[in-house]
Amino acid sequence: MITIAIGLSLILLLVILFLLFRIGTLASIFRGSTQRAAGTTKTSNRVNSTLLLLFLILGGAAFVWSFADSWDDMNQPLASVHGEWTDSLFWTTMIIIGIVFVITQVLLFFYSFKYQHKDNKRAYYYPHNNKLEIVWTMIPAVVMAILVFAGWKTWTKITSAAPEDAVVVEVMGKQFNWMVRYPGPDGKLGSAKYTLIDATNEFGVDFSDPNSKDDFMPRELHVPKGKPVLLKIRSRDVIHSVFMPHFRLKMDAVPGMPTKFWFVPTKTTAEMQNETGNPDFKYELACTEICGRGHFAMRFIVVVDEPEDYEAWLATQQPFIEQNPDLMAKFTNKAQASLEVEKKSETTEVVK
Amino acid sequence: MSSTDISIHKEVHHAHDEHDHHHDLNFFEKYIFSQDHKVIAKQFLFAGIFWGFVGGFLSILFRLQLGWPEATFSFLEPLLGKWVENGKLDPEFYLALVTMHGTIMVFFVLTAGLSGTFSNFLIPLQIGARDMASGFMNMLSFWIFFLSSIVMFASLFIETGPAGGGWTVYPPLSALPQAISGSGLGMTLWLVSMALFIVSQLLGGVNYITTVINLRTKGMSMTKLPLTIWAFFLTAILGLLSFPVLFSAALLLIFDRSFGTSFYLSDIFIAGEALSNTGGSPILFQHLFWFLGHPEVYIVILPTFGIVSEVIATNSRKPIFGYRAMIGSMLGISLLSFVVWAHHMFVTGMNPFLGSVFMFLTLIIAVPSAVKVFNWIATLWRGNIRFTSAMMFAVAFVSLFISGGLTGIILGNSSLDIQLHDTYFVIAHFHLVMGAAAFFGMFCGIYHWFPKMFGRMMDEKLGYVHFWLTFTAVYLVFMPMHYIGIAGFPRRYYSWTGFEAFNTFTDLNTFISLAAILGFTAQFIFLFNFIYSIFKGRRATENPWHSNTIEWTTPVNPGHGNWPGEIPTVYRWPYDYSKPGAAEDFIPQTVPFSQTQSSNLPQEKDFE
Repeated sequence: MITIAIGLSLILLLVILFLLFRIGTLASIFRGSTQRAAGTTKTSNRVNSTLLLLFLILGGAAFVWSFADSWDDMNQPLASVHGEWTDSLFWTTMIIIGIVFVITQVLLFFYSFKYQHKDNKRAYYYPHNNKLEIVWTMIPAVVMAILVFAGWKTWTKITSAAPEDAVVVEVMGKQFNWMVRYPGPDGKLGSAKYTLIDATNEFGVDFSDPNSKDDFMPRELHVPKGKPVLLKIRSRDVIHSVFMPHFRLKMDAVPGMPTKFWFVPTKTTAEMQNETGNPDFKYELACTEICGRGHFAMRFIVVVDEPEDYEAWLATQQPFIEQNPDLMAKFTNKAQASLEVEKKSETTEVVK
Repeated sequence: MSSTDISIHKEVHHAHDEHDHHHDLNFFEKYIFSQDHKVIAKQFLFAGIFWGFVGGFLSILFRLQLGWPEATFSFLEPLLGKWVENGKLDPEFYLALVTMHGTIMVFFVLTAGLSGTFSNFLIPLQIGARDMASGFMNMLSFWIFFLSSIVMFASLFIETGPAGGGWTVYPPLSALPQAISGSGLGMTLWLVSMALFIVSQLLGGVNYITTVINLRTKGMSMTKLPLTIWAFFLTAILGLLSFPVLFSAALLLIFDRSFGTSFYLSDIFIAGEALSNTGGSPILFQHLFWFLGHPEVYIVILPTFGIVSEVIATNSRKPIFGYRAMIGSMLGISLLSFVVWAHHMFVTGMNPFLGSVFMFLTLIIAVPSAVKVFNWIATLWRGNIRFTSAMMFAVAFVSLFISGGLTGIILGNSSLDIQLHDTYFVIAHFHLVMGAAAFFGMFCGIYHWFPKMFGRMMDEKLGYVHFWLTFTAVYLVFMPMHYIGIAGFPRRYYSWTGFEAFNTFTDLNTFISLAAILGFTAQFIFLFNFIYSIFKGRRATENPWHSNTIEWTTPVNPGHGNWPGEIPTVYRWPYDYSKPGAAEDFIPQTVPFSQTQSSNLPQEKDFE
């Protein structure tokens, strides 16, 4: 019943709108406005050009108000060294384009209003002015050159090689969660191969490699404050992208092509909890490359500790292989098996 | 063949005789498998409008999800069937929606619908040709596009759903059906459809280029061409050079998907098994894709540069300011568009040095774009502006192009792109600069050339209502998206509530969705106006806008061959509006200088 009522009232509404449209058309014929050249009718021109001016003023006001209103939500708390550089470059660029935005939009709408059609007026024949055109080609060119230079300097610093003493962590994306691996006391990540992956050994770590003996895989990404951290990023299925909004950090995780990004965290989680006034504040890691059904749910917690807390946390971590000693059996067998295979292939080569 | 009677300037009657033979074309030859560029243009236009509504509707569906993430959408069940479970949209279907929205809008509406309509319609009419160089290839171009449309449309209805890996279809996601159900049959259909689409584009592009180079009427030198033709010409060249690269990318992807090759696949463990593929590079696909993908956004926007320049000049009653600079900037943009593709890939792990190079090249594009904007504004200055519906859309186009274009300066900067890449800032940027702006350019063109297409006028009042609702809605949708983007909200997210960092802005997202629904609804006013005016619109005169270009010298309803008599000769550039000393405020291109001695400039005296 209700759907019929809604349907009927919709039809009625459409009929009324159609009648209004017909009446409007007939009225304009009656007034003779159809006799004039298109676009020169007084009322339409006045109404439209005034609306354009109003749009500029009201739209501008709404923009300013909503921008100010969203300011706090728009600025994610910042917690990395290079983030300060990019944030300041971002807002500097915003101011520059904001100036251009205001000038061009104001001129566009104001000229539209001011130079609306008048019967007794004639437009000014002004096909070109080379001097003017050179000026307004050069100005953007110079501004762009400055912005390119600033961007290039920042970019080079951010993408430079990580310091030797950087804390190394491996971050691996998979459908649909993140996993991290630390190299342990030896500071070296054991080699890994995707064919070794199984339900327990999700990284596919080759535990016959001595470097892997002390590797551990915690459930959160811990990093020390004030020290360079190098993320070695990879993926084991489709492309993912490591995004840590508070650290202004993003890098794709690509299967078959390891990537990296290094940064220096500047505030511990506790400090950030104080600063934001949110006792539950947590740094997060999200995925920003479409990767399937669970793309929107690849949340991983990042914790920034004071260096001494970080050391303490490291000390509590137990190597993965010690937690899963059963895995080792597989590797000793495998190592032997592969050795035998190698011997066999050697012998066959000799035969050839 | 129509080409023969165009290139040779035989006496009038001969051409006429040939036309008498064409009169007994049957219904199919005349309206379905027509070789007349005007009919083909309308076919592209109708297809484009149809696709526009499909693409828009898909966006409304996912805006419902984003605007009201907690709501249940049981009322969508009759429409979407099992894609809605217990009132919740399936997350993979959500991804399919955004993928198809992007594919449809970029390729089927703003490439085929826009270039297909206006290049076909305007090139012969504005250069003074009887038809395209090859009417048959032109017909093939549409029908192959039609076939491609059917395949793409069919993919919406299959059980595993349409392609769902984003419109950029990055492998391995798009290569592995295990990764997402849309990468099954849906992706196969997507690839088949796109392969057909590319063939259609190439057939069209070859035709446009050939026609512009060879079939211009007497006196129509390249420097007397309307800017529309320059724009279509450059667009066709871009398409011809870049679409084959997408074809190769698609072909290699087909091989990876179906024949076990490893062009893009390497070291993958998925769904509990390690794949044997090794040695491939997913980044290779991205390079190939964006080598088309970036010129593609200029393929979308360049035709509207031309359309808007033409409409602004006509309705300001002023010559376009800096005609040569306008051509120069389009040439510059076209050239640069081929060397900036990797700015889509700053954070893919590409060598940082390449990032610097592409940042430099990308930001250069701002210069010719800025010149265009300044020239448009200078054209309005001291004009005598007639606010037709087309003119409203043209002015709004410039506004949207500025708003969207400026943020390109930020995104083209590799160090700023780190934070903003794949966030709503990008969504806001490209929807304004190439989505909404291109749509406005298209509307501008439809309102302006409707009288030539159908011999009737569209209703101006409805045009204004349509304009104001759309213009407001577009800004209400895309301006707030910048805020969400600065906050880092990632795109293609089914819901953000799982993250503490992204659980703000819920009201704003609801607001955006409401604005989107308003904007979409307003398009039905356009649809009504469009269809109603075809049949019942006020009858148009030959030159309703008092325009200079030569399509307005044809009869109200031009027949096959466009001009009943001889093709007019062109004597002057198309922008002699409000020339001092002239009787009228426009002098059509076909008026010789000998007839306008009172208004001739000193350097034009020689042509008298």
